[in-house]
Amino acid sequence: MAPPAQSQRSPSPSQPSGKSEVSDLKLQLRQLAGSRAPGVDDSKRELFKKVISYMTIGIDVSSLFGEMVMCSATSDIVLKKMCYLYVGNYAKVNPDLALLTINFLQRDCRDEDPMIRGLALRSLCSLRVANLVEYLVGPLGSGLKDSNSYVRMVAVMGVLKLYHISASTCIDADFPSILKHLMLHDSDTQVVANCLSALQEIWSAEASTSEEASREREALISKPVIYYLLNRIKEFCEWAQCLVLELVTKYVPSDSSEIFDIMNLLEDRLQHANGAVVLATIRVFLQLTLSMTDVHQQVYERIKAPLLTLVSSGSPEQSYAVLSHLHLLVMRAPYVFSSDYKHFYCQYNEPSYVKRLKLEMLTAVANESNTYEIVTELCEYAANVDIPIARESIRAVGKIALQQYDVNAIVDRLLQFLEMEKDYVTAEALVLVKDLLRKYPQWSHDCIAVVGNISSKNVQEPKAKAALIWMLGEYSQDMQDAPYVLESLVENWDEEHSAENLSCEDKKRLLSQLIQLSAVRLHLLTAVMKCFFKRPPETQSALGAALAAGIADFHQDVHDRALFYYRILRYNVSVAERVVNPPKQAVSVFADTQSSEIKDRIFDEFNSLSVLYQKKPGFFWCVTQIIKESRLTDIHKYLQPSYMFTDKEHRGPLEFADELGNLSIGEAANNVVPTQMVEENDKDLLLTTSEKEETKVSRNNGSAYSVPYDGSSTSVFASQTQIELAVSNPTLAGHSPQASFAIDDLLGLGIPAAPAVPSPPQLKLNTKAALDPSTFQQKWRQLPVALSQEISVSPQGVAALTAPQALLRHMQSHSIHCIASGGQSPNFKFFFFAQKFEESSNYLVECVINTSSAKTQVKIKADDQNTSQDFSTLFESALSKFGTS
Amino acid sequence: KRLVIVTTDRGEVAKGSAEIFFRKVKFWKEDGQEEAPPVFNVDGVNYFHVKVVGLLFVATTRVNVSPSLVLELLQRIARVIKDYLGVLSEDSLRKNFVLVYELLDEVIDFGYMQTTSTEVLKSYIFNEPIVVDAARLQPLGPAAIFMQGTKRMPGTAITKSVVANEPGGRKREEIFVDIIEKISVTFSSSGYILTSEIDGTIQMKSYLTGNPEIRLALNEDLSIGRGGESANDYRSSYGSGAVILDDCNFHESVRLDSFDMDRTLALVPPDGEFPVMNYRMTQEFKPPFHINCLIEEAGHLKAEVILKVRAEFPSNITANTVVLEMPLPKYTTRASFELEPGVTGQRTDFKGANKKLEWDLEKFVGGVEHTLRAKLTFSQELHANIIKEAGPVSMTFTIPMYNVSRLQVKYLQIAKKSSSYNPYRWVRYVTQANSYVARI
Repeated sequence: MAPPAQSQRSPSPSQPSGKSEVSDLKLQLRQLAGSRAPGVDDSKRELFKKVISYMTIGIDVSSLFGEMVMCSATSDIVLKKMCYLYVGNYAKVNPDLALLTINFLQRDCRDEDPMIRGLALRSLCSLRVANLVEYLVGPLGSGLKDSNSYVRMVAVMGVLKLYHISASTCIDADFPSILKHLMLHDSDTQVVANCLSALQEIWSAEASTSEEASREREALISKPVIYYLLNRIKEFCEWAQCLVLELVTKYVPSDSSEIFDIMNLLEDRLQHANGAVVLATIRVFLQLTLSMTDVHQQVYERIKAPLLTLVSSGSPEQSYAVLSHLHLLVMRAPYVFSSDYKHFYCQYNEPSYVKRLKLEMLTAVANESNTYEIVTELCEYAANVDIPIARESIRAVGKIALQQYDVNAIVDRLLQFLEMEKDYVTAEALVLVKDLLRKYPQWSHDCIAVVGNISSKNVQEPKAKAALIWMLGEYSQDMQDAPYVLESLVENWDEEHSAENLSCEDKKRLLSQLIQLSAVRLHLLTAVMKCFFKRPPETQSALGAALAAGIADFHQDVHDRALFYYRILRYNVSVAERVVNPPKQAVSVFADTQSSEIKDRIFDEFNSLSVLYQKKPGFFWCVTQIIKESRLTDIHKYLQPSYMFTDKEHRGPLEFADELGNLSIGEAANNVVPTQMVEENDKDLLLTTSEKEETKVSRNNGSAYSVPYDGSSTSVFASQTQIELAVSNPTLAGHSPQASFAIDDLLGLGIPAAPAVPSPPQLKLNTKAALDPSTFQQKWRQLPVALSQEISVSPQGVAALTAPQALLRHMQSHSIHCIASGGQSPNFKFFFFAQKFEESSNYLVECVINTSSAKTQVKIKADDQNTSQDFSTLFESALSKFGTS
Repeated sequence: KRLVIVTTDRGEVAKGSAEIFFRKVKFWKEDGQEEAPPVFNVDGVNYFHVKVVGLLFVATTRVNVSPSLVLELLQRIARVIKDYLGVLSEDSLRKNFVLVYELLDEVIDFGYMQTTSTEVLKSYIFNEPIVVDAARLQPLGPAAIFMQGTKRMPGTAITKSVVANEPGGRKREEIFVDIIEKISVTFSSSGYILTSEIDGTIQMKSYLTGNPEIRLALNEDLSIGRGGESANDYRSSYGSGAVILDDCNFHESVRLDSFDMDRTLALVPPDGEFPVMNYRMTQEFKPPFHINCLIEEAGHLKAEVILKVRAEFPSNITANTVVLEMPLPKYTTRASFELEPGVTGQRTDFKGANKKLEWDLEKFVGGVEHTLRAKLTFSQELHANIIKEAGPVSMTFTIPMYNVSRLQVKYLQIAKKSSSYNPYRWVRYVTQANSYVARI
């Protein structure tokens, strides 16, 4: 027999629709509320569990509020806890209901059982209803004086919660000073730790309006407090230890013996199994020794092993966090880690984000002694199934090649990549070979032989194509069929137009494709020109076709360059050759992607998210502010939790996250950026990215040779193009070279033959400056870094550095005096000072020269900040002359 | 299958962050190739997550905090929950969510860590765990191997809650000490060891009442730190018998008073599971397996792979869940396998999607060698050298009752006055592959 049809379909028990179940529960709760029958608590527990399980899966059970509160008149602590959980969840949205609970929570705050007192107090403070704050003060006051440490612990956090609901109530009740007293006198370390957390937060927030609060905040990092906490550090739980260590980072010891005392005290924290404790300790060590070069170095040696152990002992997530910090340290002081390179080898099962970090570290630590092995290892990754990692491995090999002097072995490997016949490997390798040739032209013979065998048809990626074309143009005399390969490329000028037809939703991607396409064409134009100068008869037809196609091109830059070439050819071929293909100087150093200033800033934020994101702290925080503020008017809500950042928000220019599309806002006066500005930047999105791409592309292909043009004159050119297009095949081969013509007169352009040396500004230095070492040290500690930058050293300069004394004499001849120097190859460190002429204004310089990368990190501090830029220019100019005179 | 319990402790992070998190993790890169890093930032909210036995534990904040602190905390929360529930699984979390909320409330208050010590938490927690049946569960972590297959170990112990009583109401007095070593070895194509490392942990789980003091004695000739010499120099010390650790760290309950003298660790073990000591070693050791791989072209569009693996440990020891994997040339369309005649418990597979050869061996007895032959068919001519297109061979395994470092717990002493007091002590060793790779 069929079951009787149900009038109402009851929902399946696992997926309750809500209504009927909730009213059902309501009924059952009501029945139990008054009952005193034995075993009633067990039935209540079951019902409460059901209510909470509904609550957690998102069913609204707030209508049970009254019944729940009624049922909680019990001594059963499990029931009470569940009820507190329920109340905490609904009080905020139902302030009226919350009022119902006040009574029984206040009563529980006076219960005999300290557990109940504590729990009730926590629930009371977690209601977060502004109009109930008056009920909090009393229970909190007695909670802070409770004999049980659990209650005190809860009460301290309760004070902080109260502060966030109503700051004035908290301050008026004088709670902060009670916390201060507890912090220094309570026997329970967790109470102490909670006081410290609460006070840091409260006084930081108050400091902007109250001078007293700002004094109190300073007092937290005073010697007595710091010593009091440090001496008890082992009694704290591991999380509280982190808290104390973070506080110690802000403390400034008065002398070096104090520094050593602190370090000796904390030494065994480095052996802690908790990575957070170890990293916090390391941060203290690094901060304390910043101005003590030798000790700082020792710290690096000391922390190496613990860091490596943490990387390999924790979960993958923890090890990633530690590895990111290790990465930061390796980037700062690669030489310290050069013998540990094997630890940075990638394991096949590691996630890409770990491999990427390791590849960068391997690149950084490569030096004369380990390069061979590192490169061998990297070559293994090139065949990796993970293609992005394979690509990055090849790039890493290239980077190592560019930072070494002895590249024999590496060149062979790169050439082997070209023969691997995997298209992405070939593409990456081509780009590298091109860069390599720009730095080491002497390798052209070996490289060109291999590159010549590559069929241009197998090279599709724009970057690789551009690289191949550049080599074809540059070495056309050595590559037999260069003119013909170029010709066929010109014939296929329009081939890549297909990319344009892609109905690509993403404007950004389309744009970057077009830019890459035009970059290839620009290269092609230049390459055909170069080839023409060397092998005119063979290239003539290709040149004509290229110029015609170029002038007709839709892209402004391509069009302009083609037209410019055409005109200059008509004007004078030999001038054209000198413009398009002047004798080149090998590039000594390629620009670094991340400025050392940003790296320093990240280092200051050791043991924070900045290290993982590899971005300075202003970055991700400010983004939030802008987005939130443009979307929501409720600003204070988002400002409130920012306490840890309050002193960093205003640091420098804002930068947007990559996902937001590379747009950057220059200087924002403060972090409250109005909505309108964001919108404007949104509109600029395309433009900004294109410009960025542009500059990158032109730098990549050697901007030293490409000819810049005057933007204002382009429109004139453009209008004339139509007429002149008819002349598509210039017969120019007959022109006699006229070497006497100065190119500078042509378009008023200068072509720098060597890296430009800035002319010394109007800053005169005192030739007989004097400064004693202790004053120097003191000033160095006090003054902020005015300027921090990276300068390249000429190869001659590097050569001359075999005797550091020579540099000291050289700088002295420029009135810059050395006060201390040290280090050994490849790293030298110097401290210089200089004084303004007829003024007692000092400039202090820390200068770290790495001879293997031919780079100098310079940090300048100055009494008079306004002139630090002038001084920096002076310093740079003096340094650049080193070895040449 | 994922489950998250989110508590918005400070109300800093807007509702809906759970959805944002899942979307981001699931679709980290369009191609699905890369997994999301443990920490990322969406609209100013920082999301941290750790994966423990397939479950995601997530934390969010707007503050520029120490990432290690948060990740360590999440890991610790997972461990505390496991201590309480006995087993960590989606099922056990669902059944005990009220208890889990209770735990979280005590661990974190208003975004500040209060305590993660199972010991301390015991006095604040009142719900009793609903223990789920451990037998049906997937193995959890390295120590889980003790509960399946081999009857050597009392299976339920490791999944016992710290608070639940045994049926019968009496707690069994016992303590577990596991020496777990994860090894990473890379062999060059000619069979030499390029890199090797042992990452070890001495893990303890105590069910002793009254928290008596414990003394763990390690090898007397144990030394720490490889003073002066490079960390990867293998020549020295090999075969001399001494165990040399590169570095190690200790749980905060460990006292090292006499460690320098007699290599003894003293501690009062807190309740729950915790690592007594983590150590790292690059001293040379005898790799447990030797892998030999030959790949040869065998006529037009054909090639043969011969994979030989030899177990280099004593025959009274058996490795289990051994898996070998090897990427094949991308034009491979078919692979036919040939195992040794008469073997059982072995399985082979060719994964067409990612062109991978897989060879599973349920058991691998010490001293034995196994061979696999695979005939490959290609869809088109290989351009380059076939060796460049295939490999490397990677291997995973677990070897119970064996450790490669020779680090030993010589004795485990429980200080308690009564002579009748004699709790069970379990000292167990296990070696696992972390990254075990042979290049070809």
